[in-house]
Amino acid sequence: MIDIIQQYWKAFLWTDGYHLSGLAVTMWLLVVSIAFGFFASIPLAIARVSRSKWLSRPVWLFSYVFRGTPLYIQLLFFYTGMYSLDIVRDVDILNHFFREGYNCTILAFGLNTCAYTTEIFAGAIKATPYGEIEAGRAYGMNKFTLYRRVIIPSALRRALPAYSNEVILMLHATTVAFTATVPDILKVARDVNAATYDSFNAFGLAALIYLCITFILVALFRKAESKWLAHLRPMKA
Amino acid sequence: MEKLVVKDLHKSYGSHEVLKGISLKAKAGDVISIIGSSGSGKSTFLRCINFLEKPNAGSISLSGVDISLQKNKQGELIPSDQKQLQAMRSKLAMVFQHFNLWGHMTVLENVIEAPIHVLGLSRDEAIARAEKYLRKVGLDAQAQAKYPAHMSGGQQQRVAIARALAMEPEVMLFDEPTSALDPELVGEVLKVMQTLAEEGRTMIVVTHEMSFARNVSNHVMFLHKGLVEEEGHPDEVFGNTKSERLKAFLSGSLK
Repeated sequence: MIDIIQQYWKAFLWTDGYHLSGLAVTMWLLVVSIAFGFFASIPLAIARVSRSKWLSRPVWLFSYVFRGTPLYIQLLFFYTGMYSLDIVRDVDILNHFFREGYNCTILAFGLNTCAYTTEIFAGAIKATPYGEIEAGRAYGMNKFTLYRRVIIPSALRRALPAYSNEVILMLHATTVAFTATVPDILKVARDVNAATYDSFNAFGLAALIYLCITFILVALFRKAESKWLAHLRPMKA
Repeated sequence: MEKLVVKDLHKSYGSHEVLKGISLKAKAGDVISIIGSSGSGKSTFLRCINFLEKPNAGSISLSGVDISLQKNKQGELIPSDQKQLQAMRSKLAMVFQHFNLWGHMTVLENVIEAPIHVLGLSRDEAIARAEKYLRKVGLDAQAQAKYPAHMSGGQQQRVAIARALAMEPEVMLFDEPTSALDPELVGEVLKVMQTLAEEGRTMIVVTHEMSFARNVSNHVMFLHKGLVEEEGHPDEVFGNTKSERLKAFLSGSLK
């Protein structure tokens, strides 16, 4: 264990000597895909609960496809599947985009977590107490103000526990990134395993790093919940 | 001049007509109580005034300005200009049976919300207003940082009244403001409403509190099956009841 740490700690944490690797890459994948998923899912969730079928149906289909297929297949589809199409190779910008493993990984992860987050937020929007919406209307709010000030802030707070779950699941899901040659923590562990044959310690170390990230994420979300869910907690005596 | 004029309001749900032509005129300072048994249409009537429900026929004008209306596909009347509707609603502050405070906001945030984001007040102005009206409904500075869920029903309804007052509305609409409260909490809310009436605020109150209708309002409307069965000054309506239905209703509710 000590030998592996001494020799590979840099690769596990941030660089293999040539590129970013390990923890830095995993965190980058997580943060970018979660950020994309979060911001894209708010308008999508609003469309998902819309009374207009022209808005809600396409979003339903998107989330059904991305929640109904394995992330691993989605990644293979974007990384190798797309690149096997002539049209992708012939159009310069597509060619550049899909040749890069990072791009395909971020695209697959971002869309996947966006689909789940959309459903979480849509459920939270649907659970908005109707009286609060009615009060907004009765006080002269227009639709935009009503969403911006009442419906979305209330829904995002309610969604926080389920959303924190999604973030942690996404962290664990980033382990399929090695498929697209992205050197995340697991890729480093596999390389270490191949070089040393010390599977127990190579993968054990990787597991420990994931455990640490999860621990920090849980602590952060607990802090966030105590700040933003104070109105749902029973009052302290 | 009349603050609020409602003419010949009709409302149907499908083939069931719940309002069969109800009119109302409120001058500045009027306190109009609307009474009637459940199902008589009194809440629906109130909610049609600010278009939370869409009436099928009739007209409404506020401070002499008619609200321009058009029919939608279902044959209901909807305001043709959303801006005019929103401006009108901001002058018709409503207090709900179930308070309908915004749960994720503190008391102070609830009261400054619409003045800032609908009326366009600065935050400082809105806070000054909010503090003034929270004091008026009997809530101290300590209560301002609380969340609605951490307060009693009576306190929540007083916050809701402060939220309405902070709009400095032309007319206040009360939709059974004490019906969801525990009996011992009804008094504190009625007392606040009585103070407002004495200040000369124009109020339309749907209520089951006969003592309020009798002692505080200057006009009472008794609704029965979507029509005004009897109306007038409370002394007249309660002291010299003409309609048999109102007699029966009062003997039931004044036990």
